[in-house]
Amino acid sequence: MAHEKLSMAQALNQALRDAMKADDTVLMFGEDVGALGGVFRITDGLTAEFGEDRCFDTPLAESGIVGMAVGLAMNGMRPVVEMQFDAFGYPAFEQVVSHVAKMRNRTRGKVSLPIVIRMPYAGGIGGVEHHCDSSESYYAHTPGLTVVAPSTVADAYTLLRRAIEFPDPVIFMEPKKLYWAKEEVDLGVAEPGIGTAVVRREGTDATLIAYGPSVPIALEAASAAAAEGRSLQVVDVRSIVPFDDSTVCEAVRSTGRAVVVAEASGFASVSSEIVARVTERCFHSLAAPIRRVTGFDIPYPPPKLERHQLPGVDRILDAVDSLQWEDS
Amino acid sequence: MTTVEEQLLPSADPVQLVDEHGKRHDNPQYGMPPVEALVDGYAQLVVGRRINDQASALVRQGRLAVYPSSHGQEACQVAATMVLGEQDWLFPTYRDTVSIVSRGVDPIETLTLLRGDWHSGYDPYERKVAPQSTPLATQLIHAVGVAHAARLKGEDTVVMALCGDGATSEGDFHEALNFAAVFKAPVVFFIQNNEYAISVPLARQTVAPSLAHKGIGYGIPGERADGNDLAGLLSVLGSAVAKARAGEGPQLVEAHTYRVQAHTNADDATRYRNEAEVQPWLERDPLKRLDAYLTTEGLLDDAHRSEATAVADKVAEDLRVGLMQEVSPDPAELFAHLYATPTPQLVEQAAFLQDELSREEA
Ligand SMILES: Cc1ncc(C[n+]2csc(CCOP(=O)(O)OP(=O)(O)O)c2C)c(N)n1
Repeated sequence: MAHEKLSMAQALNQALRDAMKADDTVLMFGEDVGALGGVFRITDGLTAEFGEDRCFDTPLAESGIVGMAVGLAMNGMRPVVEMQFDAFGYPAFEQVVSHVAKMRNRTRGKVSLPIVIRMPYAGGIGGVEHHCDSSESYYAHTPGLTVVAPSTVADAYTLLRRAIEFPDPVIFMEPKKLYWAKEEVDLGVAEPGIGTAVVRREGTDATLIAYGPSVPIALEAASAAAAEGRSLQVVDVRSIVPFDDSTVCEAVRSTGRAVVVAEASGFASVSSEIVARVTERCFHSLAAPIRRVTGFDIPYPPPKLERHQLPGVDRILDAVDSLQWEDS
Repeated sequence: MTTVEEQLLPSADPVQLVDEHGKRHDNPQYGMPPVEALVDGYAQLVVGRRINDQASALVRQGRLAVYPSSHGQEACQVAATMVLGEQDWLFPTYRDTVSIVSRGVDPIETLTLLRGDWHSGYDPYERKVAPQSTPLATQLIHAVGVAHAARLKGEDTVVMALCGDGATSEGDFHEALNFAAVFKAPVVFFIQNNEYAISVPLARQTVAPSLAHKGIGYGIPGERADGNDLAGLLSVLGSAVAKARAGEGPQLVEAHTYRVQAHTNADDATRYRNEAEVQPWLERDPLKRLDAYLTTEGLLDDAHRSEATAVADKVAEDLRVGLMQEVSPDPAELFAHLYATPTPQLVEQAAFLQDELSREEA
């Protein structure tokens, strides 16, 4: 297949298209996903190609959207639903937590729910209130949910295809600020499956652990550090639940130092969980306590202040510098 | 004896006192509002239109992040606040800038949310205007709470709660109606049915005969009005407010109007509707028709018009000048308003940011 320059939005669109072609039980629905193609155009052209029964607009009701997906999945369909923005997933939270997450468990394995709940998440786009939340920790905290976040164009395609084939509900977090960045890629299910982290950059001095929108920032920090003679490794978590302890721990053991980077508030978060897990498993390989660079513990700020909230290269490099180096 | 259905059912057609040609239609139930109200309302419509158009222009110039315009819906916006007393509350959404300004809030403070420098720019208690709600329908239940508290405190307060047609599909809309009815809360739920929720037409939200019918199942009387007719709206909303104030419980009013522009500047309306559909609505413009009616009646002349235009010009100029000024909100404020007393963690994070900023400066 020829290499093409594609954006993450286009890759996600292609993944949906290919999944719908491959399996006619796959349905896509939500708010404005039909004629408009979604406010981010991720569902562009799907109604035209597959018809209104396969990709359709619902009434404006997130709880209804997710609740209906539960019933559809119980009756043989593979619903993929879109929450228009991270924070507009909250009206559906009851359905997600009480039903989507628990159905398999409640029915002692009799009912599985192959549902994908896609949502644009996180900030960096100058959005107004309620359009930039990082809500992954709420979902990750809920047993029964699988939570993934791609960081590259190719991985967006792979992860979405895998999520749709997955036998259990997947919360699919799409880093909205990465929607438009183009990469040269060969689309195909090329990346590893759900439950696997990958090393995006090799390095020997310290390990940066990141996911979703923070991966490109971590890579940028690693390039900057390289210019100063420090070799940073970057691990992309990809799959928040299930978490790939072995790849992450192997990486941290190889360097002995680690910084976790995430956009969400740090308190009681996925980033705290990562620090705890790595500490439990790698304590004796650590040369310094693991540091975190996260958003502050505040509601997501308005556009003119958001740069203060987002983890940036300087904060990452400062955190790396604080990892008790012998020469400093 | 009237039946329960008769008490609760909306009129067969939307109430209209002045039609699109500016012709008067008498209604047995709803009288023509006083002349002064119509002339004042006219002036407010002119200002409202100017705010909408100026704000849209400011988005194009990059001065506002986004602006959901109520162009064409100004009669709803203005009527919703004109029927309120000082003691009453307004619960607006992101599209209700004009309503908030009509309530007396500074236009620049009203646009703070859309300008990106803080989530809400005005003090809700000052004019009794709640923060503009972005999550749909969620504010309606708050409106019920404010109204219930007012009853408990013996205040003579009515709450005007605004939402769009799309929002009526949300669970919170239904819970709000039910709570209001059960607690007999003095709330007027005012739905601006502009036919679209972003790209989705009304037919995809409901198959009910009208949104005003949605009150029935909750025991709330529903009424509908031509949303581009200020006279009809003032009369219908005025009567709803009076009933709520008189202790008759919540009321539901649906205005039939149309979103003549795109959802926001970020939206491409050509993807889901054709221009031919929009055209007739431009001819039902709320401003043109009120102008025509008042002129025929000899109630409006060029002096009124130029006075209204002058006020609107001034508002537009203030907006341009005010929004031209670059604001740089203080990052320290990020930590200031989370708790009455900041947690030790927040104090630490504030210090961290201060330190980072001072190093940036150095
Ligand atoms: C709970 C929630 N879900 C989704 C959205 C995204 N959204 C913003 S405006 C809008 C359409 C609302 O339509 P309507 O209620 O008819 O009001 P209008 O914009 O036409 O005034 C949508 C879907 C939101 N703000 N809140």
